[in-house]
Amino acid sequence: MNHWWEKDMSGCGLSGIINTDGKRISGSVVRKSIALQHDRGNGLGGGFAAYGIYPDYKDYYALHIMYTEEPGKPTRDLYEARKETEAYLDGTLSVKKGEDIPVKITDKVKSHPLLNRYFVKVRPDKLAEVGGGMNEDDFIVSVVMHINDKINNAFVFSSGKNMGAFKGVGFPEDIADFFMIENYEGYTWTAHNRFPTNTQGWWGGAHPFTLLDWSIVHNGEISSYGINKRYLEMFGYKLALLTDTEVVTYIFDLMVRKQGLPVEVACKAVAAPFWKDIDRMPESEREAYTALRAVYGSGLLNGPFAILFGHSRGLIGMNDRIKLRPFVAATKGKTVYMASEESAIREICPDPEKVWAPRAGHPVVVALDKGVA
Amino acid sequence: MNRTMPPEFRVKIDHEKCRKCKRCLQSCSFGVYEFHDRVMPDNNKCVACNRCVTMCPEDAITINETPNVYKDHPNWSLQTRKNVWKQAETGGVLLTGMGNDRPYPIIFDHLVVDACQVTNPSIDPLREPMELRTFLGRKPDKAEVTYKDGKLSLKEKLPPQIQLEIPIIFAPMSFGAISLNAHKSLAMAAKESGTVYGTGEGGLHSELFEYGPWTIVQCASGRFGVHSEYLNAGVAVEIKIGQGAKPGIGGHLPGEKIGAEISQTRMIPIGTDALSPAPHHDIYSIEDLRQLIYAIKEATGYKPVSVKIACVHNVAAIASGIVRAGADIVYLDGFKGGTGAAPTMIRDHVGIPIELALAAVDDRLRQEGIRNQASIVAAGGIRSSADAVKAIALGADACAIGTAALLALGCSLCQKCYTGNCAWGICTQKPELTRRLDPEWGAMRLNNLLRAWGHEIKEFLGALGVNSVESLRGSRERLRGLGLDAQTLDILGVKPAGR
Repeated sequence: MNHWWEKDMSGCGLSGIINTDGKRISGSVVRKSIALQHDRGNGLGGGFAAYGIYPDYKDYYALHIMYTEEPGKPTRDLYEARKETEAYLDGTLSVKKGEDIPVKITDKVKSHPLLNRYFVKVRPDKLAEVGGGMNEDDFIVSVVMHINDKINNAFVFSSGKNMGAFKGVGFPEDIADFFMIENYEGYTWTAHNRFPTNTQGWWGGAHPFTLLDWSIVHNGEISSYGINKRYLEMFGYKLALLTDTEVVTYIFDLMVRKQGLPVEVACKAVAAPFWKDIDRMPESEREAYTALRAVYGSGLLNGPFAILFGHSRGLIGMNDRIKLRPFVAATKGKTVYMASEESAIREICPDPEKVWAPRAGHPVVVALDKGVA
Repeated sequence: MNRTMPPEFRVKIDHEKCRKCKRCLQSCSFGVYEFHDRVMPDNNKCVACNRCVTMCPEDAITINETPNVYKDHPNWSLQTRKNVWKQAETGGVLLTGMGNDRPYPIIFDHLVVDACQVTNPSIDPLREPMELRTFLGRKPDKAEVTYKDGKLSLKEKLPPQIQLEIPIIFAPMSFGAISLNAHKSLAMAAKESGTVYGTGEGGLHSELFEYGPWTIVQCASGRFGVHSEYLNAGVAVEIKIGQGAKPGIGGHLPGEKIGAEISQTRMIPIGTDALSPAPHHDIYSIEDLRQLIYAIKEATGYKPVSVKIACVHNVAAIASGIVRAGADIVYLDGFKGGTGAAPTMIRDHVGIPIELALAAVDDRLRQEGIRNQASIVAAGGIRSSADAVKAIALGADACAIGTAALLALGCSLCQKCYTGNCAWGICTQKPELTRRLDPEWGAMRLNNLLRAWGHEIKEFLGALGVNSVESLRGSRERLRGLGLDAQTLDILGVKPAGR
């Protein structure tokens, strides 16, 4: 067994916006919000996730892949890595279009990996070959795991439909300019400013971490990472990206997508109520929460965190059980804002209707209105 | 002509201090003392249990090790020579008690624990909730729940679990090996502290049936005391295949320790040696074990079944087989585990350390995707809360303490348990000795130990930045090795300190 991985840690800044009526807005808005939280990062990582940005390809999985150096491993020619990956994609999926992700070189982001995106569909014959009750989503997950684990220097950094992640080494506002996110329009945006304490920042280590249409930006450090990782490995997840945020993404994927738990229940499993509170609940609830903790104990996320996780139909923000990282939420009209600081919200929404600091362990769950997007 | 072996210990009486109260004569259960106008010790009988030293009101007794009068030899320690002399004299098997006392490496002492600094805050156990509650038993991959109007409810109940308020249980020690008062102390403490104790293979005395909810009843190869009421008396049934002190051989209760009460509880004749068979004679393969596990489940309405094994070379594969055979708990007993009686050679040379076995079993069960199907209990040389924390980080759901529990009851580790002369009233059946152990006092001492260790474990958790023990369980990342070779680190799944 491989026990020789090393964990990146980070303390950071978060911002998120969702228009529950599906109204799409430019990335420049969230850029403004995260730029205000400049000092929450140290320039070694910034990133964004956006939903609704590829309306012309909304039925295709949009794979964002970077070809880059991997910390602690020897590098080969990145064009070789791309060739190998593209050959794999052509052989496994139906690729509608593959292209470089448009970027603008600035003096703030001087060097960068090869950055490509591919709009793909699952081939029925390939899916049938695998069998075993796998559906299209499972198939794409296996493709992502394969590329991340088996193809050196290639990393899938988003794999959802009609959404995408944009991230790299640099302050988030500089990464925003690099990817020209002002040109994209989405109904949900999340942003992240990273302060890794491992000085070797690398493009794959920036947030968000994604799988299918889940994306997670995270401020915190998962003290339970050691066991969360081993728990997920038992279900076949491969944690290649060495950052504890990856664990959060996969735990939600396991509980919500694979096991079909409602997302609120998954939140209660990862930030479970204390026994002192469970013991005072009425009998049937007490039994249910006890069972939840007994079954998902290895999935409990311990350590300080504030997390925003987005998916195609909503946005969820939550804290650890004793709120060791800041997290503020606000609403105005059909828009909900979440951020590490109230100032970041007021920067883009000077007069919100409601502003509050959500309680420890109680998630803020926002869903798109039915029928939109 | 037999060699006069030098006594192991020398008893020195300070006759100026001694006021001839004769309490030492009353206290000693090994026949050391006589009184001929002053206290006269017979050094040959002394086992250094220190009961007399504790009881002497004038502090007039000193016990020292006898210096070696023979020529030193690096290969032939005095003990090795004594063993050969004894066997040449008697033709017998060397017998001993408690756990392995050879200087094997202690792997726990080569593991160090992480703490949070700066990037992650440590948590204050005195001011924040810190949770040790643990559930032993089979758990499904997924919880079947419904969530409606903000209320969670369970669609499908979990298989039965044993709830522990602290991840430490009392190791099974038989009634026979230890006294009824010792068993009572363990039962009462288990109830008070919210944990469980094991009956061991001597059956369950009728006075202890009331502690059923805090009892794991054992079914060992001798099947002592096993009847249907017994099987249903506890919260779980434990099938004892082996124990760390003597892997591959059965339990051993010398005839000297078998009086009327033992005879009745174990259902055997008074005064005969109770030598349990090596294997269960109905378990010759893993499928036979499966048959017994399910027979017991049917007999008890599907209570959890634990299977206790000694840690041996193939422990990972054996544990996997045991889980697939239906066990809800796998109890791993390392080679330093204690016993009331065992052949010295077996105790000291057979079996492997709990640290390595635990790591290997936890890894194997995860590799096979079945880790949640059984809880792992680790035993065999858990000396402190630090050992417990390290064992939990390696993958144990809970630890079991045997020797530590007996030490709490007053034991001084003289290793003479098999003689039935325990001066502390712990591992004897003689009424004049067993009355020395008051169960209420014993339970208080055990509760104190668990409370102390519980607080210490919470301090560790707080320093680690976690507030529930399940976030430490199996998190090898929180341990580092110091002075261990690369292969051992790999087996433990632990990085070297500095990485």
